Amino acid sequence: MANTMQFDLVSPERSLASLQVTAVQIPGADGDMTAMPGHAATLTSLRPGVVKVQSSDGEKDFVVTRGFAEISADSISVIAEHAHVGVDVTKADLEDVLSAARAAAENADAEDKDAAEKFVADMVHLLDSMD
Amino acid sequence: MPSLKDLKNRIESVKNTRKITKAMQMVAAAKLRRAQDAAEASRPYTERFNAVLGGLAASVGGSDSAPKLLSGTGSDQTHLLVVMTAERGLCGGFNANIAKLARAKAAELSAEGKTVKVLTVGKKGRDALKRELGDQFVGHVDLTEVKRVGYDDAQGIARDILGRFDNGEFDVATIFYAQFVNVVTQVPTAQQIIPASFEGAEADGASTLYDYEPSEEAILADLLPRGVATQIFAALLENGASEQGARMSAMDNATRNAGDMIDKLTIEYNRSRQAVITNELIEIISGAEAL
Repeated sequence: MANTMQFDLVSPERSLASLQVTAVQIPGADGDMTAMPGHAATLTSLRPGVVKVQSSDGEKDFVVTRGFAEISADSISVIAEHAHVGVDVTKADLEDVLSAARAAAENADAEDKDAAEKFVADMVHLLDSMD
Repeated sequence: MPSLKDLKNRIESVKNTRKITKAMQMVAAAKLRRAQDAAEASRPYTERFNAVLGGLAASVGGSDSAPKLLSGTGSDQTHLLVVMTAERGLCGGFNANIAKLARAKAAELSAEGKTVKVLTVGKKGRDALKRELGDQFVGHVDLTEVKRVGYDDAQGIARDILGRFDNGEFDVATIFYAQFVNVVTQVPTAQQIIPASFEGAEADGASTLYDYEPSEEAILADLLPRGVATQIFAALLENGASEQGARMSAMDNATRNAGDMIDKLTIEYNRSRQAVITNELIEIISGAEAL
């Protein structure tokens, strides 16, 4: 079996990465998971976090907020609403998202409140981890 | 018969107009390239998104628990027409064509006894439809300040539409925009976004069995609102490219027309000038003969 797979990271505004990788760590909604070639076909939504990509050129990080990932045996597509290359991202980029999420969480009705607050908590965690 | 001075002034003014239209054409050409790049860059996202969502929708769509965004409210009494046009004119038939399509659709729906509501994006569409559909306007999105359309703008519009949908203000939403084919051809298009339809979405999403984290329904419920934003974003980008393309060809035509006009006026100017000289000669000669 091939020991690499195709990895694509796309956001609405551009395509950030398309390369052959050996493993990808994805911040799934229900917890982080690492996908390697031959992974069972999975569709997962993302929480704000870091996508870690391992390829023959070393490791690359991408910061994503919201979106989902489609995993199959020989490819992974991360379809993110906002995505940044890990080394370029600054806290200022994310703080806008966080403040918007905070406002949304306050206005959300009971049904959506949990999800909105979880998003805020995940964002805070992500920002803390960047220090 | 206009005097020589009048003709000279007119030629000068047409020359100035030609300079302006030429400059606008070149600006539009540069902007078109940027708009096309932006549309190009978003395509992978849109394609993948629709493929996944299409597959999901196909597998969940049949069940009773399918979200309203997918299955509809069960009625199609109230229609929301989202008319997306440019903020600026001088781009040929671009705005007029979109407005015309929307007007025809509104007339068709009204004839069937349906309620029509109109949400305009872009000033020009609003102006074009104000007279006939003014009392059916429910809102307007102003993008005058937006230099480059981003996903956030599309999300703002989507949030507005989804909020209205949740309040039960309408049953079916359709967006109107111009699809960019090439610089001379932009096709005004109507596309239904709520309930979501996925014609032409690839079927391979449905044939693969996925594990879902969290559940299939939860992911679908999460994705559908984003699908609306994605479609609006794609339409905004298409519209942006179409607008610049239309402006470019309109300004190209205007430049050429100004050139033709200058040629004609110059010939007329030269003829008048010669006539004046001939007249003067005749006067001198007849004066000399009278002596």
